[in-house]
Amino acid sequence: MTTTPPVNKLGLSKADYNGSPSTLCNGCGHYAIANVIINTAYELSLDPTRIAKISGIGCSSKSPAYFLGQSHSINGLHGRMPSLATGATTVNRNLVTIGVSGDGDTGSIGLGQFKHLLRRNVDMVYLIENNGVYGLTKGQLSATADLGQKIRHGGLNETPPLDLCLEAIIAGCGFVARSFAGDPKQLQTLLKAAFSHRGTAVLNILSPCVTFNNGPDSTKSYVWGKEHGLPLHELDFIPLDHDEIRADYQPGDIREVALHDGSVVRLKKIGQEYDPADRMAAIRLLEEERAGQTFTTGLLYVNEERRTLVEQAQLMDLPLVQLPDERLRPSQDALDMINAQFM
Amino acid sequence: MVVNDFSITIATVNGSGSQTANNTVLRAIHKMGVTVSGKNIFPSNIQGLPTWFTIRVSKDGYLARREQAEILVAMNRASFKEDIQQLASGGICLYPMDEQPPVMREDVTFYPMPVQDLVAQSGADAKLRPYVANMVYVGILAYLLQIDLQEIEAGLSHHFNGKQKAVALNYATVTAAYDWAATHLTQSAPFRVERMGLTDGTFMVDGNTAAALGAIFGGVQFVAWYPITPSTSIVDNLSEYLPRLRQDHDGKASYAILQAEDELAVIGMVVGAGWAGARAMTATSGPGLSLMAEFAGYAYFAEIPAVIWDVQRMGPSTGLPTRTAQDDILAAYTLGHGDGRHVCLIPGSMAECFEFGGMALDLAERLQTLVIVLSDLDLGLNLWPTKPFAFPSQPLDRGKVLSAEELTRVGGGWKRYADVDGDGVCYRTLPGTEHPAAGYFTRGTGHNQAAGYSERPDDWSANLIRLAKKHDHARTIVPGPVVELVEGAEVGIIAYGTSDPAVQEARDLLAAAGVPTSYLRLRALPLEDRLVSFIRQHRRLYVVENNLDGQMHGLMQLHAPSDAARIISIAKCDGLPLTADWIRAAVLQHEAKGQS
Repeated sequence: MTTTPPVNKLGLSKADYNGSPSTLCNGCGHYAIANVIINTAYELSLDPTRIAKISGIGCSSKSPAYFLGQSHSINGLHGRMPSLATGATTVNRNLVTIGVSGDGDTGSIGLGQFKHLLRRNVDMVYLIENNGVYGLTKGQLSATADLGQKIRHGGLNETPPLDLCLEAIIAGCGFVARSFAGDPKQLQTLLKAAFSHRGTAVLNILSPCVTFNNGPDSTKSYVWGKEHGLPLHELDFIPLDHDEIRADYQPGDIREVALHDGSVVRLKKIGQEYDPADRMAAIRLLEEERAGQTFTTGLLYVNEERRTLVEQAQLMDLPLVQLPDERLRPSQDALDMINAQFM
Repeated sequence: MVVNDFSITIATVNGSGSQTANNTVLRAIHKMGVTVSGKNIFPSNIQGLPTWFTIRVSKDGYLARREQAEILVAMNRASFKEDIQQLASGGICLYPMDEQPPVMREDVTFYPMPVQDLVAQSGADAKLRPYVANMVYVGILAYLLQIDLQEIEAGLSHHFNGKQKAVALNYATVTAAYDWAATHLTQSAPFRVERMGLTDGTFMVDGNTAAALGAIFGGVQFVAWYPITPSTSIVDNLSEYLPRLRQDHDGKASYAILQAEDELAVIGMVVGAGWAGARAMTATSGPGLSLMAEFAGYAYFAEIPAVIWDVQRMGPSTGLPTRTAQDDILAAYTLGHGDGRHVCLIPGSMAECFEFGGMALDLAERLQTLVIVLSDLDLGLNLWPTKPFAFPSQPLDRGKVLSAEELTRVGGGWKRYADVDGDGVCYRTLPGTEHPAAGYFTRGTGHNQAAGYSERPDDWSANLIRLAKKHDHARTIVPGPVVELVEGAEVGIIAYGTSDPAVQEARDLLAAAGVPTSYLRLRALPLEDRLVSFIRQHRRLYVVENNLDGQMHGLMQLHAPSDAARIISIAKCDGLPLTADWIRAAVLQHEAKGQS
């Protein structure tokens, strides 16, 4: 007797969201992230033919081959994923776009494009798979490497790291979250929320490199992530079409953040009070964290008010790429008029 | 009497608003039916450095710049002396009365102009005075050369878009200066403009405007850009005309124009938009082109449509940003690392700027590759006469794109990099195509026919060989050269782009000197067969171009290696458009060498 695998609302099984077999190192954090992406897209019933995967160069950037095999994907140039995504999403506003990048790709060579993409508020989910090192070139330091981190061919890192969440908030990003490849449950909730956000949603994910940067002293290791991880809230994502009867809850302990498409992220207080709508509080938290040995995870900042790039550009509702040719070329009369004006 | 055959140099200080006056003179002469062209030789500066505007008036229809002018309007004290020294013998010099010519010449007639008095009389407020001052020389030139005042007024009206107040203020000064000249000056100068019928049915326009309009009538959907001289006015024109021509009824845009943070982002956006299925372009110049190199190679190898308009200026490096050159030929053709060559279009007229504006988008989608249009500052910024732009005769060519319906028909069986038609051009799908087999993985890394990652030597070489085949296919569909064969000519001249007017004139001069020449004007890269037969048909070939290295000359020697020794470079790069006299002299010098 054969059993049919379960399917989602589109009638797709989870296997329909798989990609090619992975060629990452065993235990690489990017594996876990790829699985979370597969699960999230399946559970949200995202249409794979509407998804565009866009990446730069590096271990993280090649990982789109390992998930959502039915979706279009473009593995571009080092640090240039943001510009590719800007072009593609502008001409097709219907695409559900996942940008995949790493700490070197975003924080080092691509920092400029990252910040300008956030200024424009390109509508996409932007994943940073952050391990502090360059994997494909064998372990050099990136812009998120720890102070004092050992350099492979001698010496210690004297250059302080960038916090890409802080950079994102300062650049005006309206959805900034931090998570850990070792906490797939939290990551999946945040990723679901990110898909419901209007504009760029940045997820900076600690994703340990088991080959080059997983020592217990490294702030990019599994051990460190597990021991120092400090979630801001217990998170729950309630999609727009969810039919659950919402349970009563004690005011003060739980708050709900409404996302642009009507879904809700429910935040349950764990320790301190933290309001993710407070931009200055987010900046303060991240600044204070530089000094201490903490690793705050969760939804750091959310703001659903900013207009996206296609809204700012006042583009028509129909994706530009779907315009029929006859609407692209003005008429003979229009040219006659221009010619007459020049005469 | 010299009728309709002379040049005027107007020397001013940049930032003084002389463009209005200069273009008014230019348009007025054009309206009188006489062939006229203008070259603005300006500094990379906002205010205070010398600028020269040269106007060529030609009864013979020549458009090229000349080495010397017969008429000087000397409005700039700083360059006054040198300007007088460079004037042709028998010429005339107009200068503001309150200036003293720093050097006198017996063979030049000097005309002082009461600029300050006439500006004071105009009643213009302080802000407008420098502009009005330029109208004084317009009026005096009009009197001395007998340029029709009605046509001057029409030129002003064109410039000010019919704004009556501005036209009236400026025209009043023109007529006041004209009347002053009629009373005070003896019209002893031998230069005259007389009406002809050479320019009927034509208008004056610049190449960057023509390019923008061509792209719009070619259905451009996405423009990313970064400011750089001398390309920026392409985007200015797109920004002006697209809202007029391509806005929806509810004011929503059917196009997007994004100013990027740098040229790296510009080309990334264009490639991203092209990948997603839009007709995407940018406009830039040499330094910007350099920054686009990595993505250019990517677009070639990952096979993504994109268009770059490169309005060439002097390099290397920042070079001379406001001076013209044809010096990005090799850089553009081979832009990127590794193997790969790009399709380049080389317009030589306003009509071609318009035509190639759309054709570049067609070829990019047809060939799924980067297409670079090589214009230059002379073509892009100066005014040239042209017939009205012709509406494209062919529908948009969107290339080989599989829709969801077509994928269903073939049962989902397709391979992104399979050469189904044998022309090296494969089928692609666009993101968002609603079919489970539509998706594929685009990459700049090694890939097989099914777009899977591959490091196999046979996959790599098969792919590059197919791309070379595609390039050979491009040879057969890019615009061919314009060839003029002269019976019995041993000499063949080859040129392209803005060298054309000087070459055309030089050929007349050479014929008069007993050297008849045939002519081939290239309009695209890759080079093709008609060039080879032209080379074979002539004993000596001269490749004329506005760069010092002889960049196109080098490509031709590679293209026709067995004839390489007979192909001679006539190359120069000094920031100015080539002149017929210089080409004539260079060719005659080589001809003399060959015979000795």
